[in-house]
Amino acid sequence: MTATAEASRTAAADTASRTRRKRSGAVLGVVAWIVGILFVLPVVWMLLTSFHSENDAATNPPSFFAPLTLDGYANFFGAATGASPWPPLLNSITASVLSTALVLLLAVPAAYALSIKPVKKWTDVLFFFLSTKMLPVVAGLLPVYLIAQGIGMLDNIWLLIVLYTSMNLPIAVWMMRSFLAEVPGEILEAASMDGCNLTRTLRTIVMPIVLPGIAATSLICFIFSWNELLFARVLTATVAQTAPVFLTSFVTSQGLFLAKVCAAAVVVSLPVLIAGFAAQDKLVQGLSLGAIK
Amino acid sequence: MTTTVARPSTIEADPGGTPLRRAGNWARRAPLLPALIFMIIVTQLPFVGTLVISFMNWNAYYPDERGFAGIDNFVRVLTDVNTRDSIITTIVLTASVVLISLLLGMLIALLLDRTFLGRGVVRTLMITPFLVVPVAAALVWKHALYNPEYGLLNGLLTGIFGGGAIQPDWISTMPLTSVVIALVWQWTPFMMLILLAGLQGKPLDVIEAAQIDGCSNWQIFRHMTFPHLRQYLELGGLLGSIYIVQNFDAVFTITSGGLGTANLPYTIYQTFYNAQDYGRASAAGVVVVIGTILIATFALRTVSSLFKEEAR
Repeated sequence: MTATAEASRTAAADTASRTRRKRSGAVLGVVAWIVGILFVLPVVWMLLTSFHSENDAATNPPSFFAPLTLDGYANFFGAATGASPWPPLLNSITASVLSTALVLLLAVPAAYALSIKPVKKWTDVLFFFLSTKMLPVVAGLLPVYLIAQGIGMLDNIWLLIVLYTSMNLPIAVWMMRSFLAEVPGEILEAASMDGCNLTRTLRTIVMPIVLPGIAATSLICFIFSWNELLFARVLTATVAQTAPVFLTSFVTSQGLFLAKVCAAAVVVSLPVLIAGFAAQDKLVQGLSLGAIK
Repeated sequence: MTTTVARPSTIEADPGGTPLRRAGNWARRAPLLPALIFMIIVTQLPFVGTLVISFMNWNAYYPDERGFAGIDNFVRVLTDVNTRDSIITTIVLTASVVLISLLLGMLIALLLDRTFLGRGVVRTLMITPFLVVPVAAALVWKHALYNPEYGLLNGLLTGIFGGGAIQPDWISTMPLTSVVIALVWQWTPFMMLILLAGLQGKPLDVIEAAQIDGCSNWQIFRHMTFPHLRQYLELGGLLGSIYIVQNFDAVFTITSGGLGTANLPYTIYQTFYNAQDYGRASAAGVVVVIGTILIATFALRTVSSLFKEEAR
């Protein structure tokens, strides 16, 4: 807020209401802090527990100041059982990165045909894409399973890549369309009339507008693919198992496993946390399908 | 490239068109086709498969008895108490999570839409729950927070009230509420982000004028901020519903669908994965799709109106 706006406002309001507003402002600031801390508390607890020994993790009342150790992480990385989390983590990376790339490859041309040079009835096409998002995935799960079984694609990471692409493509088309809609059509026309070649038009006019859109789209597609559980759970077994499925395998564990579970939850969430924190504004654009810039 | 042929909109008014013009139309459509064909093959064809199987008698445990079943599966699905319960559970779960997180999200967005010390930090803290992988979050809620013996909730009760404090078994005494709380925790940041972005686009000059004219904060909220926020509330509610109605991770992890928390995705998963009753699972899937289409038609109309506003 600029100083002049502040000044004009305070000049208009009388002194009493100003001090009242200032005090209530401070109170609301404190409330905001409390709410923020409450919301982050489970994550902090998860982080703290992951650095405790199994015995300290399972006490009542909780041992907040127990000595920190990396045992939970060592256990997660297979020190006790010998089951390495790397294959599932690599599967998750493969599925998320490749499906995101595939989504962009399909979505950018489609969004072009829905915005810059729109086909007839382009709104209908756009709503067809969105409507596929509304049909619950679980209703199509069985045929997918049977087909995959028939062609020997069960427990194959490429099956997940294809499915994650279909899961995220509608979101990507909506987002990319809303970004491409900002490309000034007249300037493109003028550029092509002036004999500007396609590469140059793309580089100087289209890219500066489109690249932030591509970044936001990639972030959202990556997060949704990384988080997916149902498909991965049903369609993979040992070879193509992803990180979320690997996580659920801890549920059946007997004995003390809390620190290990928390360490696992931290490791698996880390890529999403880093990406999300680094690109908070892109997150909003993505979540609103590009409606909010 | 032939795209130069189809340029201004005057061409569109001309019906039929010459072969050259038709080629131009196809050149326009070409970039769209790969995505469209991919979506039809991967998302629409399986539903046709679901529809076919839903009329079949097909249980993988009894492969010899495969055959046409007529509407038996639908009768079984619709008369089955479990399915009806899971339909109700789905509605209650989705509605409560969406409404509570919308309300909380709006209150928190209003709190964050003001300048105070460390506002950026609080915003970052608020986003964190949404960035924890859902199944990891569900595991942490189940084992590190709700656990009756060493979960944080009961641990804090002991810490505050001493050894004699009540130690409720959260998940067995209030199973659905436990799932709802964990989901609200994850989805409130989502709603907050969308609503905060909406708040930051509100007309400041008008609100400032209203303040000078002596309008109360409530009046300003009721007559200016809220109408402005309405479309963002609709957007958040719609997108939230799409994701939460399909929730599988939380139900699967926290209660394993027990204690009356099985929603439709979980029930179908169960029928197909454990009972191997393909016919009935498909019939349930078709029922879900029909239900979703009914809701989606309404929801799409909402987006459609938003969309027209954006285009204006």
